[in-house]
Amino acid sequence: MTIGLIDTGCANIASVRFALERAGLDHVVVRDPSETGDCDRLILPGVGAAGAAMARLDERGWPEAFRTDDRPLLGICLGMQLLFEHSAEGDVDTLGLIPGRVEKLPLTEGLVWPHMGWNALQAFASDEPLLRHVSLGEYAYFVHGFYAPVGPATVAQADYGAEVSAIVRSGHIAGCQFHPERSGRVGARILSNFASC
Amino acid sequence: MLAKRIIPCLDVRDGRVVKGVKFRDHEDVGDIVKLARRYAREGADELVFYDIAASARGDTVEPEWVSRVAREIDIPFCVAGGIRSVEDARARLFAGADKISINTPALENPDLIDTLAREFGSQCIVLGVDSRIIDGAWRVHQFTGDPDKTLTDHRKTLDWVREGIERGVGEVVLNCMDMDGVRDGYDIEQLAAVRAVCSTPLIASGGAGRKEHFKSVFELANVDGALAASVFHKGVIEIGDLKAYLGDEGLRVRP
Repeated sequence: MTIGLIDTGCANIASVRFALERAGLDHVVVRDPSETGDCDRLILPGVGAAGAAMARLDERGWPEAFRTDDRPLLGICLGMQLLFEHSAEGDVDTLGLIPGRVEKLPLTEGLVWPHMGWNALQAFASDEPLLRHVSLGEYAYFVHGFYAPVGPATVAQADYGAEVSAIVRSGHIAGCQFHPERSGRVGARILSNFASC
Repeated sequence: MLAKRIIPCLDVRDGRVVKGVKFRDHEDVGDIVKLARRYAREGADELVFYDIAASARGDTVEPEWVSRVAREIDIPFCVAGGIRSVEDARARLFAGADKISINTPALENPDLIDTLAREFGSQCIVLGVDSRIIDGAWRVHQFTGDPDKTLTDHRKTLDWVREGIERGVGEVVLNCMDMDGVRDGYDIEQLAAVRAVCSTPLIASGGAGRKEHFKSVFELANVDGALAASVFHKGVIEIGDLKAYLGDEGLRVRP
């Protein structure tokens, strides 16, 4: 089992790489689709802005590659948001692998923007493989100002003024809005689940 | 809903963790990675590392220990101290830091905030503010890493926080200098005043001495996180106990 960790050049991938090391999960850093031959699953991490990240992915031919790939794919944070069709952050079209649009988190009285900190995983689908041995109400670390509203692909959600998609899945494509690499024991469990699902 | 964050702060000098009282008389309290690991295990929600001498020396934090920390811990952490350019920030973020905090360089060149926020996103840019009462108003200080170089900046704290947020910071850490290290409680009045103008997460710093101080600052100043150093380093407060206490008092904390 080898995970290909996609390096777009504009995201911090060190944290995810270290988390995979701590979990004892075999991985390689891949820069373009031609380097993924030995990988049986892929992680698209993401920090930064949607527009810049999409431009980098386009340059390397990732959007086409994802459309025909059937290996499990996990998007993290911005990487999850890019799986949808469109992002309000910079008004950009994104990968379109999951139906839906990413919106700006509403400014809500009494809540600060962005959504930053540990939030509880609320309602979730008990058969979601990423959540094996994770309990309702456990906390994960979120940092984001845009969000995917709860929709058909949502398998776990968090409450922050709006109902935020915390984990989404459509077939072999999944994403976490929170950072499993920074979510303590719960996050490590989710990464291990990804490696075995 | 979000949990209130408990954040041990590790002041770093020459690769070791140190702690002073009112920014002076630093004593060695231990190895960076060892302490970071201990706090993560005890339930800290986040860690902040301040290279206390970097701003005053005019150089920047050494990324080597940043990646040592990132490799070992599974909670978020922020690195502060002398970050003056996009390259300084990038080196730390790409070494595995989740956020970088800027203080003096932002005062000297406020445009740096806009540049960093554009490059890396607001979510990883923290504004560190050292504030105390001068001439009857809360004002911002500079160069707090070296007593010989401390000078008074004339910016008012509330104005500076507003400006920082307009320029794109995603979080504010307010260090109330008059309270730092004396364990008399957080500066509730000042933190509440800053809270009123701060639309991003706000972290309280300076003054924690007892568990009740954390409860007060969360309830009365409505901050998102509370940072402390000496009470944790010296074992006066154990993080697990603190969180159990706060939970019993009805505050939402991550167990």
